[in-house]
Amino acid sequence: MKRVYVNEKWCLGCHLCEYYCAFASTNEKDMARALKDKRISPNIRVEELDGISFAVSCRHCREPLCVKGCITGALRKMGGTIVIDRDKCIGCYTCILCCPYGAISPSEDGAVQKCELCIRTGSGTPYCVQGCPNEAIVYEERGE
Amino acid sequence: MKYVIIGNSAAAVGAVEAIRKNDREGRIVIASSENYHVYSRPLISYLLMGKTNEEKMKYRNDDFYKDNGCELKLNKTAQRIDIGQKRVIFEDGDNENYDTLLIATGSSPVIPPIPGLDKVKNKYTFTTLDDAKALDGALKENSRVLIMGAGLIGLKCAEGISKRKVRITCVDLSYKVLSSILDDESSEIIKKHLEENQIKFYLKRQVIEFEENLALLDDNTKIPFDVLVLAVGVRPNISLFKDAGGRTNRGILIDERCRTSIPNIYAAGDCCESMDASSGEVKVMALLPNAYMQGECAGMNMSGVDFVFDRAIPMNAIGLFGKHIITAGTYSGDAYLETDGKSYKKLFYSKNRLNGFILVGHIEKAGIYTALVREKTPLHTLDFELICKAPGLMALQKKEREEILGGVCREAAGS
Repeated sequence: MKRVYVNEKWCLGCHLCEYYCAFASTNEKDMARALKDKRISPNIRVEELDGISFAVSCRHCREPLCVKGCITGALRKMGGTIVIDRDKCIGCYTCILCCPYGAISPSEDGAVQKCELCIRTGSGTPYCVQGCPNEAIVYEERGE
Repeated sequence: MKYVIIGNSAAAVGAVEAIRKNDREGRIVIASSENYHVYSRPLISYLLMGKTNEEKMKYRNDDFYKDNGCELKLNKTAQRIDIGQKRVIFEDGDNENYDTLLIATGSSPVIPPIPGLDKVKNKYTFTTLDDAKALDGALKENSRVLIMGAGLIGLKCAEGISKRKVRITCVDLSYKVLSSILDDESSEIIKKHLEENQIKFYLKRQVIEFEENLALLDDNTKIPFDVLVLAVGVRPNISLFKDAGGRTNRGILIDERCRTSIPNIYAAGDCCESMDASSGEVKVMALLPNAYMQGECAGMNMSGVDFVFDRAIPMNAIGLFGKHIITAGTYSGDAYLETDGKSYKKLFYSKNRLNGFILVGHIEKAGIYTALVREKTPLHTLDFELICKAPGLMALQKKEREEILGGVCREAAGS
């Protein structure tokens, strides 16, 4: 299946992926209007230090420890995508305890949040990939 | 092939999902002493809080048994195993033959042998949905609730009922709360936080006698109560297996393939003892993620695929009144400490390995530490100073990071 891959060599550290990710869940047409003066809480986050930067989001593991560890059944695999039923999630954070990449975060409303490859937006290519100006984030199938 | 599973919780689900990866045809029979579709036991405190409901508590959807071709037998308690005939005999006289059997019987609350406990009418345990419903029915406005045990179960129960206009008192033998997962300093932070949320503690105290509505402590304190909750611990349900001649200690002894000492019988979940990968000790690690993964391991091997699960470690994620705690591994070795009196981070390391950690408050990306413990990652292969301060992929070697993020393959993929 297609996944999001990141190449730190091309990452500019511009954080646009974070803005596009936050925009993806707003249902708005215009990004500037949707996010102006808002604190964003994206599912992809840029790590940066001493000139190195790269974006991290859910790897959609083939053997996902978050799904196996989830105490409610809110996290599950749909096709190859790991999705979260945020209504079922009670915010115990067992998945945060389990995820080796730090790709699941707490959110304002109590449930956890994570990348679902934009499958709920119907955009095809995930927003972070569309918004990356330097092709440091790509969406493709690799060796499966 | 016919699979029989005794128990209907996380380990059973792990087993079913694994078996069905390898065998779509074999019969799977699941027997449960309870009368419910598989539900998540740790959610009973959230049920009392109103943060979930019985529908949302279902650990798998309504079609789970149908989709996986399982015959579910509810209210069906196993009485004994005839290992010669490879047959399970149930209390109601029914029996079920097996080719492979999984024992996933979980654990039961310990009832402390305290004089007068039999006189207490309003007493409850807190591990099952029926327990939660019974306790729910007993609570009235201004009820004085005495909880015996300031561990994970007792404190989650306290949180669960805290919005019910009840007065909660908690007694524990230990001098600290959550003594099984916290060190002294972090425990003190949590205790203060709980006291700020109107929970009263009597620590390092023992109930020596009960009257119907009164507990007498070893220092002569008398605590009147309306409702008593017993949460002093749980004990693995091993008698079914032990009576069949299987090897047990506190729990059923299993190897890294979840095999027991009896051929064709596997065991998984809270009823077992297994190797703690962070310390090398064999112990009961009654935690839902481990139960699922042991069940999965058992299911793979039961359906003929060699599978090893040797990464079990103690680990807990628990929230109490908005404060989150994540812990894992063993608390030995040198320590890295960060605290401001409200949040707390302590990492324990020795011999080039991270042995364990305690996080209170800031729990973001905790799994990066868990992975170091679980995988026994040699610490010289990463920037340990950086990862102590800020868990992230930044502290890993570039090559490893590139593998994780898939970045270098871009050229190879021919773009």
